[in-house]
Parts: sequence; structure tokens; C-alpha cells
Amino acid sequence: MTDNGVNGVLHREKVLTVDNMNPHVKRVEYAVRGPIVQRAVQIEKELREGVKKPFTEVIKANIGDAHAMGQRPITFLRQVLALCAYPDLLEDNKFPEDAKSRARRILHACGGGSLGAYSASQGIECIRQDVARYIEKRDGGIPCNPDNIYLSTGASDAIVTMLKLLVSGEGCSRTGVMISIPQYPLYSAALAELAAVQVSYYLDESQCWSLDVSELRRAVTAARQHCNPRALCIINPGNPTGQVQSRQCIEDVIRFAAEEHLFLMADEVYQDNVYADGCQFHSFKKVLFEMGPEYSDKVELASFHSTSKCYMGECGFRGGYMEVINLDPEVKVQLTKLVSVRLCPPVPGQALLDLVVNPPQPGEPSHATFIKERTATLDDLAEKAKLTEQVLNTIPGISCNPVQGAMYTFPRITLPGRAISEAKEKGQAPDMFYCMRLLEETGICLVPGSGFGQRDGTYHFRMTILPPTEKLKVVLEKVGEFHQRFTDQYS
Amino acid sequence: MFSGLLIQHRQHLNMHRLHNVDFRSLVAGAVNQSSVLLRSKSLESSGIINLIRLITQGPVEQYGVKRFSTAEATVEARHSGKIREKTLTMETLNPQVKAVEYAVRGPIVIKARDIERGLQQGVKQPFQEVIKANIGDAHAMGQKPITFLRQVVALCSFPELLDSPSFPEDAKQRARRILQGCGGQSLGSYTASQGVDCIRQDIAAYIEQRDHGVPANWENIYLTTGASDGIVSILKMLVSGQGRSRTGVMIPIPQYPLYSAALTEMEAVQVNYYLDEANCWALDINELHRAYKAAKKHCQPRVICIINPGNPTGQVQSKKCIEEVLHFAYEENLFVMSDEVYQDNVYSPDHQFHSFKKVLYEMGPEYYNSVELASFHSTSKGYTGECGFRGGYMEVMNLDPEVRAQLVKLLSVRLCPPVSGQAAMDVIVNPPRPEEPSYLRFLKEKSAVLGVLAEKAKMTEQILNSVPGIQCNPVQGAMYAFPQIFIPPRAVDEAKNRGMPADMLYCLRLLETTGICVVPGSGFGQREGTYHFRMTILPSTEKLKILLEKVREFHIKFLKEYSTSQDDPQR
Repeated sequence: MTDNGVNGVLHREKVLTVDNMNPHVKRVEYAVRGPIVQRAVQIEKELREGVKKPFTEVIKANIGDAHAMGQRPITFLRQVLALCAYPDLLEDNKFPEDAKSRARRILHACGGGSLGAYSASQGIECIRQDVARYIEKRDGGIPCNPDNIYLSTGASDAIVTMLKLLVSGEGCSRTGVMISIPQYPLYSAALAELAAVQVSYYLDESQCWSLDVSELRRAVTAARQHCNPRALCIINPGNPTGQVQSRQCIEDVIRFAAEEHLFLMADEVYQDNVYADGCQFHSFKKVLFEMGPEYSDKVELASFHSTSKCYMGECGFRGGYMEVINLDPEVKVQLTKLVSVRLCPPVPGQALLDLVVNPPQPGEPSHATFIKERTATLDDLAEKAKLTEQVLNTIPGISCNPVQGAMYTFPRITLPGRAISEAKEKGQAPDMFYCMRLLEETGICLVPGSGFGQRDGTYHFRMTILPPTEKLKVVLEKVGEFHQRFTDQYS
Repeated sequence: MFSGLLIQHRQHLNMHRLHNVDFRSLVAGAVNQSSVLLRSKSLESSGIINLIRLITQGPVEQYGVKRFSTAEATVEARHSGKIREKTLTMETLNPQVKAVEYAVRGPIVIKARDIERGLQQGVKQPFQEVIKANIGDAHAMGQKPITFLRQVVALCSFPELLDSPSFPEDAKQRARRILQGCGGQSLGSYTASQGVDCIRQDIAAYIEQRDHGVPANWENIYLTTGASDGIVSILKMLVSGQGRSRTGVMIPIPQYPLYSAALTEMEAVQVNYYLDEANCWALDINELHRAYKAAKKHCQPRVICIINPGNPTGQVQSKKCIEEVLHFAYEENLFVMSDEVYQDNVYSPDHQFHSFKKVLYEMGPEYYNSVELASFHSTSKGYTGECGFRGGYMEVMNLDPEVRAQLVKLLSVRLCPPVSGQAAMDVIVNPPRPEEPSYLRFLKEKSAVLGVLAEKAKMTEQILNSVPGIQCNPVQGAMYAFPQIFIPPRAVDEAKNRGMPADMLYCLRLLETTGICVVPGSGFGQREGTYHFRMTILPSTEKLKILLEKVREFHIKFLKEYSTSQDDPQR
């Protein structure tokens, strides 16, 4: 491209500048892919160009991206996908029969028998039926209606869609949405973009990041002065905090939502990622129905799942679904209309989701391999969860709650006063300053706690437990050394 | 009689008289209260086209307001009968969401699905199957995928196949290259939010080749989830201000309703410019000036959207016309959004696709270095028709660097476009080369698809134009015909009584009697008092013939059913 100056042509005012762009977009923040990650990409490029650094590779522990960290895809899932993408392979006898029959069933439900046709905007019907059966089985037989299932482009898409429906009113009647702090920043970003009011409730770090209903009550009461709280978002297992909610706590939350007339949104994408002894995943749907018709006929609930996490880690396919309970029928029509504008979720992602909810059954040829691969992945994660917690807790100035579930640790870090003032002088959050230094010195890319929210005066970072065990050990060791150095330097 | 009149129309392309016919139906029912004055004036006027323009302007610019007030009225009615205690009801729903309309998957299509389900359960209908000609969904209509593309996607999905002798080397090489660009060499990793670097580079190389050497910088390329996603993201960046400074976005009428839906949702002001049906739906620069000037009074027009080749209208824009649009955008300081997803779908031998980017470059540095342009492409159309993969890209030119950072941030919240769609996009921009093993087969498949489409475009136009009361412009490109249909005043009245646009009634009846699902023109926008429908030309040639014959039979029956002696168009 030729430079304006060279041509001597005066620059026309841009139509679109940061001063006149959409102010809501400007307010959006998304730390998981924020400045630290941009710098990490830049450093990677510098390394490739031969720039000398005190490390040889950048380790991106900023995001729950299992395959990028070396986790292998589940064979069965990929076999079926290849068969769906290129049905000539159905004649190939190297593929197991159960993979072929899954592929045939999916293709049969696609227009023209092709992954390339648009699906219904809610998703392919037989896949929605499979999802419904999966939920029924997961929840011990509580019925699930396929008409309540909407397939989505990853869970993010569905979460944003539901929030969009809920946002209305102006001033004091503007929709308020309760989100946990720390939170996954998709929520704060979506609320900023939708100009909804973020109502923060704090998780209790001293109680393994558990949720305390009295804190919910405090938050909603305070919020009622300036907005209209209408929705309550829960992430269980927690991201970035890794706690697994107890059944009792879920009941309390549901009762609270019923009393306060709140729409419940349950982000359950880590439902298969539970590692700690004594912890178990309970879906909000199941608990809601076990609480009896007084609640199950009344409380509006949307719960979300995805292909990106658990043992699959298929982030790139952008598969996901949501189940809606007690949604007003007219609103449901509006929801269907809204999702239809984007035509349909990616069909390969829908196919993948089908396999997640309808995996090989005992007696089928792929069953043994599938179970072996799934167990290996989940066991490995459990081991790394434990390892991470243990190593981090040996570092003076770092304290870490148990990683009961999900894929992250969110340790608290003690920062010397001088480091805090230096960060403030630079206009940076102190933990951003810390993470940036960590990246420059070790090549390890983490996300500062300020990107997720934390109690004032406390500092954290989020790192995934996904790197292979050997690499994870190195990462943790380097973090320890860095922390020591950093503390010495600033104290 | 009636047919005689229409033949006369065709021979002379006399839109004045066609509108005259339509205008009578308009007087008979469609004109609303607000235009009484105009109506009486109109009777004296001989410039009926101008008049219709005048009539349309009122409702057009209040369009959003009108829809909003309709929604409010519904709310009023519900208040009294409130029994539930839901958190989320029609009363508390986001009003912008409520106002969104998207006809391509609207009531007709929902009805079509119901009928289809009924048929499966043995419900008797006067037809055996529902033919969904409402949407440009090539594979659903029986078009076969391009082998090479699917081979590469299969190889990427299950890399063990890279050892299989049954896949050609060029497909394997493409798959290896794509996997190399993915984290952990897996399609299952997130990519950068802008897309996989090497795919962005391939796209830039493709654009350079397409545009005969006009340089393309890969860092200006963003992969998207279908073109829709890119279009909505750019619009989202542009919407700001309140009242008279609220962003106005110029869109063609008829338009693809993604635009109106997105603008409604974002509360931007829709500024309509009308394509000229009498002139093969060409874009008239005077009409742009008119629309811009009118809009200036109540909003801040900052964007112009162009769909070329046209959807639903099928016109292919001339180079001169593109130059005029770019000059206009330059003069009026507008951001240009150019929807070019049908760039490979040009059938008329007299027409050629010109990208806005190329024309901008050829207009010289004064334009090329200043006009902000975003152009969009997708895997869903062309000769591949891979809608389900939701692949696409946009190229942005002259975007302010700070704004670019904001765009990347916005995209990053949704993490990344589906990687299998990115892979499909890569194959489209980097197809087999002449010396490669898959070249011949690829070329054969590609030309077969495009050859058949060209044939169907011609056939659709011809058959529709042989039906009395239907008039169809040539389908120069894209995948749709958007014929104008004459609807008798009695039918217009009936529709009005039932609270629906007249062409909705028509399409509903067509669906119920023939099983054919097409989208009413009112879903795309049209000059007040004219009626159209959009149908795809995608069904197989044989099926398309049957479909068009059924449309003919239906139309004639429909005219007969609703005609009265007063309606004799010869009078």
C-alpha cells in the first residue's frame, strides 16, 4: 500500500475513529485475549526472527485451549467428522462400523445429506433429540424436551443471545445482570456491549471460592437502588476459580432466584471437569426439578454446554448448546427469530456435539478405545490439578485454593508495595504489571486477575493446568523463581 | 386482456404503466392514512414513479418507529390478561430484539416446516413434498460438494488419513499446511481471533490475483463465521450518536434482510436507497443523493452498503456504477461496505464481477488511500455452496489503526471463527493449480456447477416472464429471481384485512396449494404498491422446471380467483 505522505495527498478525515465509534464497543474488555496475549504473539514472532530472549518458547497458559497444549483429539470424534466431511470414506473398511453409523445418521439429518447445507437455526433436529436424551441420562431421568434445546456457536454465542433478550429499560429500570467476581470476562464484555448493568457478587476466596447466598442478597439489594436486576449468572464448575458448587449451594441459589424473581443462567461447560474427591457436578436443571413443582414450574433457567472443554477440548469447532426451561412461549418464538438471522451454528460443530452426547456404547467396536482415551485425559487433568495446587502453595507469597474442577488455577499473589506503586505510575493494574514482567522474563503467558475481577487490594493470575505434566512442572518452577525474584527486587 | 398488457410492458419496458397498474391496487388498499393528501395529488399527476417515491419516503423513514409502535400496542393488550410471573416476557423483552425481522426464515418458512412434518406423519396435501426455494442453500437442493474441498477438510479432521493412498497429494499438502497453522496441529484448537495466519495470507494472495495485481495486505484480512458475522461486526463498530447524530446506514431496497435485522437490533437508522427495477435493478447515483439528502435531516449517514452481485435482485454492477458509488462515498465521507459473497456467481455473458477494492485502486491514490472499505466473502455461495461450514472473510481498507485494535478486541470476545470453516475458506482461495493432480477434476466440478446455474438463471427468467402478471428481470448473477407479481386489488384487500402484506398472502397460498416455499418481497423491501417474491434458482433443472410450471398454474388460478370485472387491467 502506498503511503499518503509519499503521494502528497492530504488525508481525508476518517469516517470511523475511536472518538466516534460505538462507545459500548469501546468499553468492552476481554483480558483472556488482551494486551498480555498480544505481546505474547509479538514475542513469538521476535523469537522466530532470531531475537535473543532468556527463553526459547512462549508458553500460552492464558486460555483453556487443550489441543494447542498437546492434548490429542478423541479418535472416534474425528473419525466421524472425517466421514461426514467426505462420505466416500463410508466405503473405506478402515473405519469402525459405529463411527460409520453415527456419520450416516448425522448426514441423513442434513439437507441434501451434506454438512454444507444450512441447518435449522435451532440446530439439526436429531442432534437436539440426542442432546435431550443425554441430559435426561445425566440428570437421572428428569425429562428433557428437545424443543428446549438450541445448538449454538460455542457456549459464548448462546450466553450472549440470552443476555441480549434480557436487556431492556432505561435508567433505574435498566436490566442488571448478576455475575460472580472473579468471572469469565465474556460476561462483563457482553454486558458492556449491551449497555446492561453489571451487578457483581463476590465469591469467597477463604472458602475455596464458594458462593455465599448472603453475598448474593447484599449485591441484589445494593443494585436495586440503581438498576433492575433480572438475571443471575453462575459458572459451575468455576472459571477462573475452579470451585465445584455443592448441591446445597445450588438449591440456595435457586431459592434466591425464585424469591428475587431472577432469570438463571448456568454456565456448565466444565461439567465433566471435576477432579477433587468429594466433589460432584450437579446440574442446575436437575436440582431445580428435585426441588419440586413450586420451583421447577416457575424458575426460568438457561444452561449452557460446549464441545470446547471437558475431555474433548474441541474449541475450534465452536460447538455448543443451551437448554431453556420455563421460557415464555412468545419469548421462545422471539429467541428462534433472533438466532435465525445468523442462519445456523456451524454444522461440523453440531456433528461433533452429537458425538459428545452420543458416544460409543458398550458393545460397539469403538467403545474400549473411546473410554481409554477419555479416562486418560481426565485422569491426567486431575493429576495436573493436584500438582498445580501443591507446587504453587510451596511458593512464599502465593496461595492457591484447590482446583476442584474446570481447567484453571487462580492463585492469590502478594505484591510488594513498591511494585504496586510502580505499576500505578505506569497506569497498569499491579497484576498486569506482574504478568507482563513474567512474560518478558520467562515466556510464560498468564492472565492477570484484574481481567476477571477480584476484591480490591488483592491480586491474582489465571493459568490453565493444560500443559503436559512435564511442561507444567517447568512452568510452575519458573513461576516460583520469578515470583521470588520479583519479590526480592521490589521489597 | 391482461396478458396482452404485460407483453406490452415487456416489449417497451414501460414501468410507468406497470406502476399505473400497481398504483390502482395501491389505492385500493395498500396506501395508509397518512398519504391521503398525496393520493389526491397523485390522481392529477402524470409522474407516477416520482409520486410513489414520495409515498414511500414517509413510511420508510419511520419504519423502525412504526414497527416499534406495533410492538407497544401488543404490550398494551397483554397487560390486562397478565397471569404469569415470568422474568422474561414480551413486555420485558429487549425491544430491539422484538423489532427484528428476518423474512428468509420467517413465518412462511416456519409454516413450510410444519407442513413438511405433517406430510411425514401422513397428512394429506395436494402435493408430495415441500420445495424450499426460500434460501440459497445449494447442497440442500442437491448440489454436490467439490471433492477437493471435502478431501482437505476430512484430512484435517482426521490426520491419520494423511497416510492413506486414496487421497491425492495436493489435498494432503493443503491439509498439512492448514494443520501447521493450527495450535497443536489440530482443528480443535482456538485460532487467533482474526483467523489462522497462513489462511489470511492465502486469502490476500487470492485477492491480488482476482484483482489483477492490486496489492492485498494479509493483515487486513479477518476470517469470520460466514459473511453475516463480519457484516454485523463492522456495523456494530459504526453505530453511535443519539437523535440526529445517530448513525445512518444506507442499504439498497430490495435488500438482504440481514442488514435491516442488524440495524434494528443496534438501533441504527436504516436509510433506504431504491434500486431501479425498470433498469434491471441497477443502482442509480441520483437515488443515492436523494436518499442521503433526505436522511441528513434526521440522522448522520455514515455508511453505505452495497450487495454486488445483488441479493435478492441478481444484478451485476458495472464498473462505471461502482466508480460512481465510490466517488459518492468519498464526497459524502461514507464508510463503504461491499457484500461480494456472490462474486463467482455471474451468468450473463455481458457482465463481469468487479470488486470494489480493485475499482477503488484504479481510481487513484486519492481514493485508494482514503476511502474506508470493508468487503465480504463467504464459503456459502459461489460454486462450493458450503453454507453449513460458516466460513467467510472480510478485507478492510484504510481502517484507522486504533479502530482496528478495537475491532480485534471485539472479535476476540467470541474467541475465533469455526476452524473447519476457515479450512474450507482456504481451499476456496487456494484451489488446485493446473500442474496438480486434482486440477482436472476440480475444474470439471466447478464448471459443471456454474454452467448449470447459468442455465437455470436463464430458464427461470424465461419461464417467469411467460406468465401473465409476472415480470422478471434477467438473473445476471447471484442465486435468486425476484420477479414482480401483479396482485389483484381484492387479494390486496383480503391481505390487509388479515393484517399481512399482500405478497405474504400470495406466498402463503402458493405454499399451501403447491408446497413451494418462496419469500415475499415485503421481507426484502420494495417500492410501496409493488409486490415480489424471491426464489432461488438452485433446485435441479428438472425440479426447477416443475416448480416454475407450478408457479405459473398457481398464479393464473390466483388471478382468476381474485379478479372482478372491474380489475380488468385493460380498462
